[in-house]
Amino acid sequence: MLSRRNFVLAGTSGALSLGFAPRLAFAQAATDKRFVFIIQRGAPDGLATVAPDGDPAFAAQRGELAQDFAEAVKLDAMFALHPSLKNVAQLYAAKEALFVHAVASPYRDRSHFDAQNVLESGGTSAYQLKDGWLNRLLAVLPDDERKAIAVAATIPMAMRGKVEVSSYAPSNLPDASDDLLARVTGLYAEDPQLHAIWQQATATRALTSDLAGDNGRNAAATGTLAAKLLAPDNGARIAMIETGGWDTHAQQRGRLAGQLNGLDQMIASLRTGLGPLWSKTLVLVATEFGRTVRINGTQGTDHGTASVVWLLGGAVQGGRVAADWPGLGDAALYEGRDLKPTAGLDSVIGGAAAIHFGIDPQRAMPALFPGQSAKPIGGLIRA
Amino acid sequence: MSEASIALNRFGMGARANEPAPAAPRRMLIDQMERFAVLPAVLAAYPRTPTLAADMAAAYDAVQMEARAARREGQKADAATQELRQAARQQGRDYYIQAVGVRAQAAVASDTPFIERLVHFWANHFAVSADKQVMVGLTGGFEFDAIRPHVLGKFRDMLRAVERHPAMLLYLDQAQSVGPNSPVGQRFTQRQQGQESPRRIGLNENLAREIMELHTLGVRSVYTQADVTEFARAMTGWTVAGLGRGQGARLAQADGAAGGFAFAPRIHEAGPRTIIGKRYDQQGEAQASAVLDDLAVHPATAKHIATKLARHFAGDEPPAALVSKLETAFLKSGGDLPAVYRALIAAPEAWVPQSVKFKTPWEWSISTMRALGTQEITAQAVLGLLNQLGQPVWRPGSPAGYDDIAASWAGPDAVMRRVEAAERFASRTRETIDGRTRAAQLFPDALSATTAQAIARAESPAQSVALMLVSPEFLRR
Repeated sequence: MLSRRNFVLAGTSGALSLGFAPRLAFAQAATDKRFVFIIQRGAPDGLATVAPDGDPAFAAQRGELAQDFAEAVKLDAMFALHPSLKNVAQLYAAKEALFVHAVASPYRDRSHFDAQNVLESGGTSAYQLKDGWLNRLLAVLPDDERKAIAVAATIPMAMRGKVEVSSYAPSNLPDASDDLLARVTGLYAEDPQLHAIWQQATATRALTSDLAGDNGRNAAATGTLAAKLLAPDNGARIAMIETGGWDTHAQQRGRLAGQLNGLDQMIASLRTGLGPLWSKTLVLVATEFGRTVRINGTQGTDHGTASVVWLLGGAVQGGRVAADWPGLGDAALYEGRDLKPTAGLDSVIGGAAAIHFGIDPQRAMPALFPGQSAKPIGGLIRA
Repeated sequence: MSEASIALNRFGMGARANEPAPAAPRRMLIDQMERFAVLPAVLAAYPRTPTLAADMAAAYDAVQMEARAARREGQKADAATQELRQAARQQGRDYYIQAVGVRAQAAVASDTPFIERLVHFWANHFAVSADKQVMVGLTGGFEFDAIRPHVLGKFRDMLRAVERHPAMLLYLDQAQSVGPNSPVGQRFTQRQQGQESPRRIGLNENLAREIMELHTLGVRSVYTQADVTEFARAMTGWTVAGLGRGQGARLAQADGAAGGFAFAPRIHEAGPRTIIGKRYDQQGEAQASAVLDDLAVHPATAKHIATKLARHFAGDEPPAALVSKLETAFLKSGGDLPAVYRALIAAPEAWVPQSVKFKTPWEWSISTMRALGTQEITAQAVLGLLNQLGQPVWRPGSPAGYDDIAASWAGPDAVMRRVEAAERFASRTRETIDGRTRAAQLFPDALSATTAQAIARAESPAQSVALMLVSPEFLRR
């Protein structure tokens, strides 16, 4: 864990002048980097994912939720990892997993839908921006790297915007005949919206036709599928995977254990599928907000504020938990109920994604998160 | 698009095969309000909510009894109840699948498709999601028994019915929320004192929040976190007899028909509540009822509902003038829904000739089956189709319901799937439908030259039907 002083330094001027070499171009020549954004819709309990069981208030505040960590893998003196995350624990041991804790977006209310909009659009408030930060990230990449795919039937908010993005999810419907597809192309020729959509659809179909037999229903298959879309030389540079089911208002322990197990498998299959490319990959796992520190009346937790961000992959300077830890004692909580945010999600995303793609973070930040003064956090990505 | 085509497609669910174009489009829509059948035969044959809920409660009871018996004999309850739990799951799933089938059959056959569309609109506004195991079997009963009877009534009455329906109480965890200072709450806390890891029992603010955020006032409107918590306190005691989960529900000992709405005084947090600046001194169940009735006619609610309705009929970015008209109609009539619908029909903003909406997978599927005159509609086929098209019926995965904007549905993969599905639909017509005449009938005076030409040049009648089903005219409304 970074000390408070180090962390602040790393997060502001120190990082800007030292961590990020000025030779970085705004959008430099082609690289073979890969970036996967896994969104956790519904706000998983960050305190039950990377648990601060070294905090003196932990056991008392968390009640039965603390029991999962009795035998859990210790990440350092303060934090322990949820026992479902077996593969992620191995990545951590190999210094390929980094957690940044007590992180929140600029959004401070507790609506899932508004908060997801802020997380995905990169704005300071809900519905302020019409496009997503992933799309704006694509816009600052070199032309031939502007290839991104949503592993979903439609394009999520984070990927919407000026740069065209594909979407793909396995279908059990029989493939349409080539003749019909060609005629549909003519049918849409004069319709700008459908013409653009159809171009993407047919291009994606060509790239993934051997996947038709795949079944993406479980998380591991989704990870494998995403890896297949990312692995070819001309494949996508950026992929986004949506996960849901994290809103554990009741009976949290069992549900969260199952959810985390699924995500752990997805990450494992992504790593396997990417093979040597894993060393050039950054996987970012983030959510819209955290959950209450105290357990509620139904063995669950309610909507909260700060949570934990995961950075995984060979590109990550891992094996540690970065946090300016605010503490779990009653007096330390945000509005008396939530983990207090001490780092901005935008600073984490900006610091990680910009350096990963070799973009000067000082120029990337205003593009990704316009109208904000957030400073990128340095030291997240291997030099 | 002609006004006849707008009435059939934008307001309705698409023309039925061989349905003549309406001579007086506005009149036709208003007439539907008089003719609407709350329960057409196909829905009347489906079990009512009390029957569904009682069956589910009985199955749940059987599991509990078996578990207790197993524990008495020192066995693991999980293993002993495995079969019964599986049977309970299957029962819920069977009810769900059956309901999906009759919902589609009713929509395809309907001669009041404007009102049918409104039923689906409200069911999505008050969304429950069948991915929560405990209420899967109640999702059909929720729409048929809480939404349909009130689609042409007062918003207040629909709100009352919806928030008391067991599907909603279970979906948003209300059935297990316990007042910390209620008789049960206090006793529980005392008993847990001194225990190594005390179990907690208490408030769950999920339903209270979503009522304010999604069902009535709208997000970022007039309420605060404190209002949500106060409302959650007032709502304690609102539960479901015999079906609740968790400590709170077990201790509530709610009276009433198993599976039905019940007020359990033992878990109610008594005392006056102040919500959005108004004090509520009522006792028991009446307190939250009074709050609900106030929320139902609040100006913020009027604006929220007006905006969503305008978005549904006049475009993803609804014209402010239309929102304002609907808002006024809502407020003036005290939330009388037919008054709001009449304002909608009268508003020119809802009749602009260019298409304003990209159909959702549900809308596309129903309009497809209406257009083809599909007779055999099996529940399994509808279920599979909507899963593949990306909009599983009554499973939006979130209490916000499915999005009502094109960006959520007009994706490359989504359109490719419609093309695949269209080809399959078309192949089943066995060359009995000519796309040229059918398209002209479905979109009176509204077919573009490009579409007409593509359909005319198809290599077979079936291919002409497939092209019709994925034409820009058919994908939008």
